[in-house]
Parts: sequence; structure tokens; C-alpha cells
Amino acid sequence: MELLAYAVVGGILYGIFFTLVGLGLNLLFGVMRIINLAHGQFIVLGGYLAWIITTRLGFNPLWSIPVSVLCAIVIGWPLYRAVVPRLQRSDDPEMLSFILFFGIGQMLTAVTMLLFGADQRSLPEDALGSGSLGVLGQQFPDSWWWAAGVSLAALALLWLYFSRTRLGYATRAVMAERDEAVATGIDVRRVSTIAFVAGLALAGIAGVFVPYLLGSVSPDLGDGLTTTAFAIVIIGSLGNPLGTIVGGLVFGLGTMLMQTYYSSWSNVVPYALLLIIVLIRPSGLLGKAVRLA
Amino acid sequence: MPNSNSIRTGSAAPNRLRTSTILLVVLAAIFIVAPHLYSNQSLIFTIMTFIVLAQGLNLLYGFTGYLPFGYVGFFGSGAYATSLLVLHTHLPVLACVAGGGLAAALIGVILGPLLRLSGAYFSIANLAASQILYFTFSNPDLANITGGPYGLKIEQVYNPNASYYCMLVVLLIACGLAAYFRSSGFGMALRAIKQDPVSAAMAGLNVVRHRLVAWLVSALIAGLAGGVYAWGISVFYPDAVFTLDFSVFAIVFALFGGVGTVIGPIVGASLLYILYSAIGISTPQYFQLIYGGLIVLLVLFLPGGLLSLLQRRGINVF
Repeated sequence: MELLAYAVVGGILYGIFFTLVGLGLNLLFGVMRIINLAHGQFIVLGGYLAWIITTRLGFNPLWSIPVSVLCAIVIGWPLYRAVVPRLQRSDDPEMLSFILFFGIGQMLTAVTMLLFGADQRSLPEDALGSGSLGVLGQQFPDSWWWAAGVSLAALALLWLYFSRTRLGYATRAVMAERDEAVATGIDVRRVSTIAFVAGLALAGIAGVFVPYLLGSVSPDLGDGLTTTAFAIVIIGSLGNPLGTIVGGLVFGLGTMLMQTYYSSWSNVVPYALLLIIVLIRPSGLLGKAVRLA
Repeated sequence: MPNSNSIRTGSAAPNRLRTSTILLVVLAAIFIVAPHLYSNQSLIFTIMTFIVLAQGLNLLYGFTGYLPFGYVGFFGSGAYATSLLVLHTHLPVLACVAGGGLAAALIGVILGPLLRLSGAYFSIANLAASQILYFTFSNPDLANITGGPYGLKIEQVYNPNASYYCMLVVLLIACGLAAYFRSSGFGMALRAIKQDPVSAAMAGLNVVRHRLVAWLVSALIAGLAGGVYAWGISVFYPDAVFTLDFSVFAIVFALFGGVGTVIGPIVGASLLYILYSAIGISTPQYFQLIYGGLIVLLVLFLPGGLLSLLQRRGINVF
């Protein structure tokens, strides 16, 4: 019973954080039909940013959140201008973006490796508070609560953007029906640029907590994080940010339950979930249109 | 369209047969002579392995448009099935290699429903499948069957020369199949389906069966390559035959040369693997940086690969 309580509460916290991991990927797909196969590598970069800010500069790791947003603007804006319009002129932007961002991901992995070496880097455990907070008699370290809290805050901000701002309405219009959005005079390029930068920023923010929830950050984490994010997004449904919450929770609970009861199989969880969902419901648990060849 | 000639002239079929034969003879000659000119036979063996993988990926991606990100799953399964057959049966090693190929094709049958997915969904689902295979073979709980994280040893059949020539045979089979896909009615049908599956189905082509055949042939080739590779190195860990690098290299090599042709993957794999062995083995990050950049440049400026430069000048690339 205690094990179950630990797995469930831990799984929810873990799952909320993994919602943040999937969110940026889903935003890019929803708005631009771009599959950012370098998403995990951007998360890893966020992790290294937090590592520099904490261990080299001596600040609280949370400071890397605003810096991540700044970096996303500085890197994302020119990157968007350089590659995305060209992709969207092609016959099959989805597949081309997939291959293109795969190439970008490989470059980022190589650059991270050259800059930081192959060693695993961890952050001091007490940098996010040395205590722990209990629920149902189970104790979870402060860093887990911070991860879940920041993820919820990011979700809330995104929800406010979508439901309260003009640009957010425009973004939803582009996600729903791109051609009609163009016809009604929405500045698709502006909306897309913002979504692109926001997607990268969300990846960078998630990176701060990777050293805590996964134990450490290293250059080779990128591919696995991308796949996990993809699994979460597909479980929810591609192009539907709210679905990502469902995906994150299913993934978090699944992983924690497996770690508790069949630990040697726990790393199969994202892949197995992805495969099962994709074969049974290719449009995701919350998706409507079925995407078949 | 590179194949419009063959439709127009009608006399192309014998030409294609001659071109294929010449190509296979030249390839065989190169790789029979190569170990006498360059002493590092295991390096040439690895080049052949990557040509086979790039060509096998081309059979699927180049002719059907399905890009298998988890292509290594077939390769690793072939390696394991071959080794387990060597360890547990008294079959000759060549039969074990054939068994490895068949095992990979069998996994292809099981994963057949993936073909219902399209584009990136297929690629990523295939990646997930290969990771599940990897985690299953490397699971410590199954160590008494698969060797778990400690891998398998089949030193008793270690024979670098025999495995070298066996890989050459697999390479010729893979390139022969690509030549068949390129020049036969079956290949034409595949390309029609790739261009427009709905119209192809209405024209009476069995879309599902054609795709499935290409998928299984591609799986078989990777399984055979994995089996011979396991035989060639004889001691391996799960990481060595399931590393995603194999998928990645196969994709990059095939794209670089140009998919949908016979010689594209051969050119891409040879050129890039030689570059890799010159700079990549000591510091793989530099090579990773280069091929990541190459992909970006290819997608943006040369989606047809290196050979499309020739095609643009009107040269018909086989």
C-alpha cells in the first residue's frame, strides 16, 4: 500500500513535469506542423545552462528560467527565419522538418559533447531547498515540487495566452485551420514565430529540472528525451496542448508503477506506451481525426 | 522523372539488366580486390555493412517513402538470432545467418501493422519498436537466454575471411534487389503507390501487399547484415548491435547519396564512411557535427542527395 501511494503521488509529480517536457514539441507541431526532433537536445542545453548558473556562477538554478527564455528568443527567432518558411513551401513539410530537425539535433548533441564533455553533470541537491514535503505519508524532495509547480505555472500561462489574448486566439485559429486563418488576415508568420520561440523556451525551462528528476544531465540524454516527449504528445494527441497533460500523467504514472513493481522493465515504458497508443488510436487518446496512410 | 526514359523507349528492360549485371560485377571485383590493397580488412567489412544497411533502408524509404528510424532493430535481431542459433543448434554458420535474416523478417511481420501509419508517425513508432527490442535483449532478467547486458560470444565460429565474403554476398543481394526494384514492374508499382496511393489503388494495385513486401525485404536485408556482422565480430554487447547510430548512419548515408536509386546509397555510404574513419573514430563528435550539418544542408538545398546534381544535368542515374 505504501509502495502504491509512493508510486501514484510520485507518478503524478513526475507526470506533471513531463507535461512540460512534451509541451514545446506539441506547440510547434500544432502551429507549424513541424516535428522538432531536436527537442530533447534543447532540453539538455537548458540543463547545462542551469548547471553553469548554479555551479559556476553560484546562483539559484531557477534563474536559468528567464535566461532560457532569452536564449530561446536569441536562437529561435533567427533559426525560425532561416529554416521554417523554406520547409513550409515543400510538398511534405512534416517529414522534411522531421529529418531537418534530426540533423539539428545531431549537431546540438555534438556541440554539447565538445563543450561539456561526456560526463554526467548534476546540480547540488539543496539548491532547490533541502527539505521534503509529504503527501499520503510519502516524502518527496523539494526539487520535485518545484518541477511540478513550475510546469503547472507554465501550463497556466499558456492557457491564459490561448484564452485571453488576441495573439492566443490567432494561434488557436492557425492550429485549427491554417488556410482559413490566412484568409481572415491573421499574421501567421508572427504567430508562428512566437510559437516557435515559446516551444524552445519551454524546452529550456524543462531542462532546469532534468538534473533533479533524472539524476543528472549529459549530452546523450537528448534522443531519449525527444522520444519520451514524442510519446507523451502522441498519447495525448498531436497538436492539442491540453492532451499533453493526459500524456504526461499517463507516462509519469506508468513509469513510476513500473519502477516500483518491475524496475528492470521501467525504461521500456515510453516506447511501449507510444507503440500501443499509436497502433490502437493513431490520433491519440483525445484526438478526433484518425490519421491513416 | 529519371525513369521516364524507360517508359518511352520500351527497350529499357534489357539495358537495365545489363547495367545491373555490370554494377554487381564491379562491386564484387572492388571488394574482392580491396583487402589485397588495403590491409585493414575489418574496416572494409564495416564499410560493406553500412552499404548494406543504407541500401536496405533505401529499399523501403527510397521506394515507398516510409523512413524507418528504428531500422537497427532488424539488424540487432538478426545478430542475436544468428548467435543464438550458433549457440543452441548444430547448424552450419551460414544457415544460422539465414535464420537471423528470417528472424528479422518475422519481426517485420509482427510489426507489419506499423505500415498503417504515415510519415513521421511511422518513423517514430518504428524507433519505439527497436528500443523495446533493445531493452528486451539487454534486460538482466533475461540474462540466461540473451546474455542480458553481458552480450553473447560465438568465438567458436570466428572466421574473418568467411564472414567477409559472406557480407559481400549480402551486399550483392541488397544491391541486386535495389536494381530489381529500380527496373521491374514491381518497383514501378511501388513508386506509383509512393506518389499517390489512392490513385494507385484505384488503378488496381494492391497497395498493402506491395508495401508489405518492400518492408519485409528491407527487414530481411538488415537481419542478414546483422547476422554476418555478429559472425564477423563474434563477441558483442547489446549496445554494439542495437546502437541507434546504425539507424542514423543508414539514413544519413542513403540520403547523402540519394534515395530511390541503386548507386546513391553505395556512393553515400562509401564516401561518408571513409570520411568517418578518417576523422570520426577518434573524435566521433566532429563527425556527428558534420553529418548533422550535412542533413540540414541536404534538406534545405539538395533533397535528392548528391546524385540529384547529376540528374539535374539530365544524366540518367541508375
